[in-house]
Amino acid sequence: MSEHFDAIVVGAGPAGNTAAYTMAKAGLKVLQIERGEYSGSKNVQGAILYSDALERVIPDFREDAPLERHIIEQRVWVLDDESYLGGTYRSADFSKPPHNRYTIIRSQFDRWFSQKVRDAGALVVCETTVLDLHMDGRQVVGVRTDRENGSVYADVVILADGVNSLLARKAGFHEELKPKDVGLAVKEIHFLPESTIEERFNVKGTEGVVIEMAGKITQGMVGTGFLYTNKESVTIGVGCLLSDFKKSGIAPYALLEQMKEHPAIKPLLAGGEMKEYTAHLIPEGGYNAIPAVYGDGWLIVGDAGMFVNAVHREGSNLAMTTGRIAAETVIDLKARDKPMTARNLAAYRAALDESFVMKDLKKYKDVPDIMDRNRQFFTAYPNLASQAAHTLLTVDGVDKKTKERAIRKTFTRARTTFGLFADAFKLWRAFE
Amino acid sequence: MHILVCIKQVPDSAQIRVHPVTNTIMRQGVPAIVNPYDLYALEEALRLKDRYRGRITALCMGPPQAEAALRKALAFGADEAILLTDRAFAGADTLATSYALSAAIRQVHQSLPVDLVFAGKQTIDGDTAQVGPGIATRLDMQLLTYVSKIVSLDLSAREIVVHRRSEGGVQVLKTRLPALITVLEGINDMRFASLTDVFRAERHKLTTWSKDDAHIEDVTKIGLKGSPTAVSKVFAPTSTNRRAEIIETQSGQPVDLAATLVAKIVSRHPDVALAINPSPVPDERPL
Amino acid sequence: MTSTETQKAPASRPAGRRVQKLDERLAGYKGVWVFVEYERGHVHPVSWELLGEGRKLADALKVELAAVLLGPPDSAIRAFCDQAIHYGADLCYLACHPALKDYRNAPYTAILTELVNRYCPEILLLGATTLGRDLAGSVATTLKTGLTADCTGLAIDPENRGLAATRPTFGGSLLCTIVTLNYRPQMATIRPRVMVTPQADPARTGRVIDHPVTLVEESIVTKVLQFIPDDHVAEANLPFADIIVSGGRGMKRQENFRLIQDLARVLGAEVGASRPVIQAGWVGADRQVGQSGKTVRPRLYIAAGISGAVQHRVGMDKSDVIIAINEDANAPIFDFAHYGIVGNAMTILPALTQAFTEHLQARKQAC
Ligand SMILES: Cc1cc2nc3c(=O)[nH]c(=O)nc-3n(C[C@H](O)[C@H](O)[C@H](O)COP(=O)(O)OP(=O)(O)OC[C@H]3O[C@@H](n4cnc5c(N)ncnc54)[C@H](O)[C@@H]3O)c2cc1C
Ligand SMILES: Cc1cc2nc3c(=O)[nH]c(=O)nc-3n(C[C@H](O)[C@H](O)[C@H](O)COP(=O)(O)OP(=O)(O)OC[C@H]3O[C@@H](n4cnc5c(N)ncnc54)[C@H](O)[C@@H]3O)c2cc1C
Ligand SMILES: Nc1ncnc2c1ncn2[C@@H]1O[C@H](COP(=O)(O)O)[C@@H](O)[C@H]1O
Repeated sequence: MSEHFDAIVVGAGPAGNTAAYTMAKAGLKVLQIERGEYSGSKNVQGAILYSDALERVIPDFREDAPLERHIIEQRVWVLDDESYLGGTYRSADFSKPPHNRYTIIRSQFDRWFSQKVRDAGALVVCETTVLDLHMDGRQVVGVRTDRENGSVYADVVILADGVNSLLARKAGFHEELKPKDVGLAVKEIHFLPESTIEERFNVKGTEGVVIEMAGKITQGMVGTGFLYTNKESVTIGVGCLLSDFKKSGIAPYALLEQMKEHPAIKPLLAGGEMKEYTAHLIPEGGYNAIPAVYGDGWLIVGDAGMFVNAVHREGSNLAMTTGRIAAETVIDLKARDKPMTARNLAAYRAALDESFVMKDLKKYKDVPDIMDRNRQFFTAYPNLASQAAHTLLTVDGVDKKTKERAIRKTFTRARTTFGLFADAFKLWRAFE
Repeated sequence: MHILVCIKQVPDSAQIRVHPVTNTIMRQGVPAIVNPYDLYALEEALRLKDRYRGRITALCMGPPQAEAALRKALAFGADEAILLTDRAFAGADTLATSYALSAAIRQVHQSLPVDLVFAGKQTIDGDTAQVGPGIATRLDMQLLTYVSKIVSLDLSAREIVVHRRSEGGVQVLKTRLPALITVLEGINDMRFASLTDVFRAERHKLTTWSKDDAHIEDVTKIGLKGSPTAVSKVFAPTSTNRRAEIIETQSGQPVDLAATLVAKIVSRHPDVALAINPSPVPDERPL
Repeated sequence: MTSTETQKAPASRPAGRRVQKLDERLAGYKGVWVFVEYERGHVHPVSWELLGEGRKLADALKVELAAVLLGPPDSAIRAFCDQAIHYGADLCYLACHPALKDYRNAPYTAILTELVNRYCPEILLLGATTLGRDLAGSVATTLKTGLTADCTGLAIDPENRGLAATRPTFGGSLLCTIVTLNYRPQMATIRPRVMVTPQADPARTGRVIDHPVTLVEESIVTKVLQFIPDDHVAEANLPFADIIVSGGRGMKRQENFRLIQDLARVLGAEVGASRPVIQAGWVGADRQVGQSGKTVRPRLYIAAGISGAVQHRVGMDKSDVIIAINEDANAPIFDFAHYGIVGNAMTILPALTQAFTEHLQARKQAC
């Protein structure tokens, strides 16, 4: 096929959709290729949508985007076998529009976004997989798809093909993913009537709740669990490092099954019907794992570029932001009639470095490593923490001071005092 | 030759669930697909077009999103696509659906005479297999249902010979055009659309018809009003809520489990025991 | 913002806001009819099943049950009129003509429509066979009345004497009950092997009403050139088997179906399968049980390595006794089987074969 485009976007997740939308809106001739039956058909996410990143491209998205609930309450739980210790932040302020965070269902949200991309004028082709990049020397000049007559060409190709970017690896832009740099998350959606959700989570209208969980539920692996309320369903999931799943031999679905049996979680799901079970990878390597994200005729955005803030469970907003910045870079070069060389596209990386994306990722760059080397965060500490709470809260005639001393003792027995301090310090450093 | 193919967009029934408490259909996140049976009809039409030339018009009645189904038909090789969409069509049963579709087909026929209409054997949401016969009856076309093979087509004599699956065998039928054929599943393998085809389909300007475009004047014949049947209740098939008696033995060994089970069956269900009738001659039929 | 499209099922009252009050003109429609499917010397067994069911409906309505037979003027067809009466009909309408020898849509539609318009039954039932669904679709359209397809349950609403027809929909994930509003007759096709075949009573008598047929072969456009009968020896006859041993994806490999066959041989059973097994090509398509395969109703159904998905379930859960063998104690099949063994089918099946063999030997010795 001789047809030529200004840009080809591979993938129709949040990163690809933002990139394609932004470029098409600016009048570029854009082709977007997605392997799923439609945009979102195979995509998996918790999912929390952070408004800011989307607002920057579609300011009035709230008018027609399929949003589930806006978040007014965030709980953080540390669980041991029987109990949990946690904090809750709830504010009526979160209920004042415009809302900052929403739960969404990706298959619906992506489809909505994809329609926007079409309306903006991009040619969107689904059920088509990009197999290879066409190269002219070092310059990427197009893609080859799995369809007959399947080659198509463009000035620049934006890879938005998600965490397991086969294309980037095939083209040698990327190394093989390391199991310690990716998390594997499994997730289920359970249907519950709206009224049950309102009662159970103390919300009304489109208000919603998020629960983040850590501790024994991951059975010593580095990872966390989550529970989100949707309009008529609850999403529950857990993710751990792929390397840990490998090492422990624990099956991901078995982990989730066990988590659902936890006495603090089970009642939240009672009476629901499981509707959907999915598993997906999450890039968790952080800043240190980010590959080269641009070159001659190519850019990488979203999960494909490891742009995920695992600590704060942010991904889609980084995907949208990197997609937008990549698009703006291309639009700018196009406007100035500049070729899509690595030198010119380096502006993308420069703009990223200036954005919250790189700043945040840099801030937490050591977290993955620390978590990995300090298993006690996921094993001993939850136990200790809840023991401590238990001791403190049990009214049995022992004075609080004595209790506190006893608590400190159990902590130090589990780890040397030095280790305890060191852990706190390490974590503090990482999050600072 | 002009072939009209009726295709419907349906929710992927494998992913439909019923709300456990409110007993409502949960369409949330359920993907919409082209009714799989209709793809066999489309492919069969495409094969005739490959052989005899001509045009294929795909027709779909449904909500605006059903456009996706028509784009797929265009990518596979349909020349024209018509989306019949109007709020007034909502709630149609098969009688009202066949009324609207045949009105549209009459309209298409005005500009280019239709020789053959193809439909799927049935849909996977309604599962009725009634719309095809309904259209044929309304348009006074010869009806050939459950067609498993098109043997020959003679355009000058306007005759077609087909195999029609019937109970216990296959009828070889000869009839005259125009005819309506409902196509049996598995009769062909759907082709792949090339990237060029997909581009063409994506850029094709679909024809969208309202009831007025289809020249439907009598609104009492379409939609909910034109439907003699009404759904009075929808429920999940969980009426038999027995739980199997799980056979357990001390050893848990297969031999003991099997012996325990057989003893139970024989003592509790004498009729089943009597039905056991090993044939003296080995069964030579292939699986 | 429509992120959850749920379709509210109306409450159990008939058809929401739409009135179900019958026009006076339609109140004259009386009686229950069963179309008896006669072809090449045989009556399809579903017709007898329907007479059993039709009898119940007619009794509930206190009206007559009629059988309707169309076909060539041969002697067999008359004998089937008597048989229809033995199975419960009060009377039989018989329309014979050489042009009705093989089933063809146009002449059958013409005659059945004519009969309905002449005698005005309130309910008309046909088997959901290739013939029944073809014919019913055309007749209902000609009569401009409601038709409910592929039903698995029929009842009379005591409040308004209407027919409430229940059928699977959305691939068997749901059941819905459908009523016909202000139209007559109320038509339905009914899935074979769902209703019980009634006991024939040779002492029953009834009227046979000959309906004169005027058809001209020359004016019938469609011609039957040939009929190619299925090779019955090679076809599995699942719907009428007394015992079925079925295997699913849990059998893992084609070779393992030998274990299913071994047990089937000892029991004199047919071999069935779930859809993935057919798709993998391990066994032929004629053995598929379920929504898009055969509906079966054996005395004993043994399911090995089958999860019990609703599409499989709708095809077999009317079996008298269901035994499930599955590794997974939480498999849905245990929710509707009668007996279950939680274990590996590869070891349980041979043990069952052995246990049944021993039982049969003991039975033989006892005789
Ligand atoms: C369980 C889970 C929970 C999460 N929760 C949150 C959350 O609450 N909030 C948040 O912000 N983030 C969350 N994330 C992260 C977020 O989902 C991702 O960061 C985001 O989806 C990345 O977007 P993307 O567009 O880069 O990739 P994707 O969404 O993965 O999209 C990639 C697209 O490319 C397509 N594709 C791939 N290869 C090809 C090919 N060769 N040819 C054509 N198309 C191709 C795919 O089909 C897919 O549609 C979560 C992730 C998981 C797994
Ligand atoms: C429109 C439509 C129509 C359909 N029609 C039909 C139909 O007519 N018939 C039909 O069957 N399906 C039909 N299906 C498919 C249906 O939804 C299911 O996918 C199918 O029935 C599953 O088959 P299965 O139980 O063999 O496989 P699975 O669901 O994969 O189950 C295999 C089971 O075997 C168990 N198992 C595994 N290993 C062993 C072992 N060693 N020993 C014992 N147990 C083991 C597992 O625990 C599991 O429960 C249809 C689907 C659709 C969408
Ligand atoms: N809304 C519709 N639009 C186009 N074709 C349809 C529609 N409904 C039914 N059909 C056709 O009629 C066939 C039988 O449908 P059904 O009677 O619903 O099982 C389908 O396979 C389609 O070919």
